[in-house]
Amino acid sequence: MTIVHSAPKFASNEGVLDSLSAALGDMLVAAKEEHGEIVLTVARERLVEALTLLRDGHEYQQLMEIAGADYPARAERFDVVYMLLSLTKNHRLLIKVSASEATPVPSVTGLWPVAGWLEREVFDMYGVLFAGNTDLRRILTDYGFEGHPFRKDFPLTGYVELRYSEEDKRVVYEPVQLAQDLRQFDFMSPWEGAHYVLPGDEKAAEIDRGAAK
Amino acid sequence: MSFTLEQSPTTGDEVITNYTINFGPQHPAAHGVLRMVLELDGEIIERVDPHIGLLHRGTEKLIEHKTYLQALPYFDRLDYCSPLGMEHSYVLAIEKLLNLEVPLRGQYLRVLFAELTRICNHMLNMGSHVMDVGAMTPNLWLFEIREDCLNFFERASGARMHSAWFRPGGVHQDVPQKLLDDIGAWLDTRLPRLFEDAMSLVVDNRIFKQRNVDIALVSKEDAIRWGFSGPMIRAAGIAWDLRKSQPYDVYDRMDFEIPVGTRSDCYDRFMVRVEEVRQSARIMRQCLAEMPEGPVASTDRKVSPPKRGEMKQSMESLIHHFKLYTEGFHVPAGEVYVATESPKGEFGVYLVSDGSNKPYRCKIRPTAFSHLQAMDFMCKGHMLPDATAILGAIDVVFGECDR
Repeated sequence: MTIVHSAPKFASNEGVLDSLSAALGDMLVAAKEEHGEIVLTVARERLVEALTLLRDGHEYQQLMEIAGADYPARAERFDVVYMLLSLTKNHRLLIKVSASEATPVPSVTGLWPVAGWLEREVFDMYGVLFAGNTDLRRILTDYGFEGHPFRKDFPLTGYVELRYSEEDKRVVYEPVQLAQDLRQFDFMSPWEGAHYVLPGDEKAAEIDRGAAK
Repeated sequence: MSFTLEQSPTTGDEVITNYTINFGPQHPAAHGVLRMVLELDGEIIERVDPHIGLLHRGTEKLIEHKTYLQALPYFDRLDYCSPLGMEHSYVLAIEKLLNLEVPLRGQYLRVLFAELTRICNHMLNMGSHVMDVGAMTPNLWLFEIREDCLNFFERASGARMHSAWFRPGGVHQDVPQKLLDDIGAWLDTRLPRLFEDAMSLVVDNRIFKQRNVDIALVSKEDAIRWGFSGPMIRAAGIAWDLRKSQPYDVYDRMDFEIPVGTRSDCYDRFMVRVEEVRQSARIMRQCLAEMPEGPVASTDRKVSPPKRGEMKQSMESLIHHFKLYTEGFHVPAGEVYVATESPKGEFGVYLVSDGSNKPYRCKIRPTAFSHLQAMDFMCKGHMLPDATAILGAIDVVFGECDR
């Protein structure tokens, strides 16, 4: 596929996947190159080892970001993605580990001090634990917040709302009360996204089978 | 012969301890809602614990519940000082997933307005930085330039700040030729006059130098370890600019220079921004000179909506318009991390698509997060008033930091 988009062009991915896969060896769980991004999934317990190798042996000096993602259908529902940047090779890399609520991810604060807050954010939003992070407090949510808001099963409106109470002369927290439900329209085209059989299409499968004969 | 040391005038049972003060969350020098718990030994800062998140609005969660196009205006509201810089990363991330070509005029317009945004952002930051360390006048003069920029945004998009003008596939509307002529004239007359006037008050000013030179020195190694980007890493002497090293849109056709600092203090960070304004003006002049005619947005009607006039005439256009503004377009499954050089540094978007019309996950990499985290080690050993100078030189905006 020829590339026609004008997104940032970093150094070529050619051969990088193979050489890094070889270097990571059995630390690697999966590797892919899609949409011009190299994504390497590594074993969770060997994350620090893998990132040390990439930082010191392969010139990926900067950790730009750690992102969490939630896939509730999976056994280990969370993905933690580390975005590495090489200033000398001008190349980017995505390193992924999976985790669940009960399995902590080893902290990389020893490699990059910047990871401290980034890990705090993933912990705050998803509840992923980072073993070795000495300051794993909440960071973005309110003081005394409960739950992990970016999980897919956390409602968009949350559970509590706050207002200033004139009687108490302070801000009070109350359960969310919505005058109407949050509107979630199903915009998917019925001819593309429907999970049910459309009226009138009951025999379509039979006709298709007939045509195949 | 032995003698005893004279006892101190205190009785001996007093112990001088460090004390902790609370800075913010509502403080004019905090650039928004930042709360810092400062541990002080006299007037020397021993430890800083920034508390952020007071402006957290759950943008990333909201984006997961909107179509790709509906999510775009949220980006204006992240860094409200440089809205188009935020949109740029997002639209490029979508275009990368779709592998969508943007017509050349659209790319030129995006670069032109991204640089105008950079000037606009730096005017606000430099003005408030100067004000934080005690000068009033330059801020007022720089705001005059900022006002001009906002007027240009208004003439292009209809909105002064929250433009929502960059769209997947190009920009929303073409600009009138008069606007381009006016920007060209402004770059040659008003901008240099106002800007150089204001800078003549600041850059060699003794008080300004006393407050900024040698404050918050950061070595190259530290800048890399703490994930610095943008003017913060350039002030540390590393010539790293994503516009140069990882060019997007038509930046690879532009001729400009990257200013770097030598001492990596707050003064260098300020001066890097000063030079960036001049370089931005240079890029904008090239854009205006080279801009071709043609469409400003992709002609792929499955992503980019048809013109309104077309819609009134053609049934197919009407269907496309309706489908794009209700269901929106579908993006192929996959994940990308796209980062652009926003005025404050590397602004990245990690976009995960599951093939539907809504992003599955949209992680925003704010620039201020890593810089603010380094406040602790940058402030250590400095005086309390230096904290505001350091904060001003970081260029932090909380809409973006807290998301």
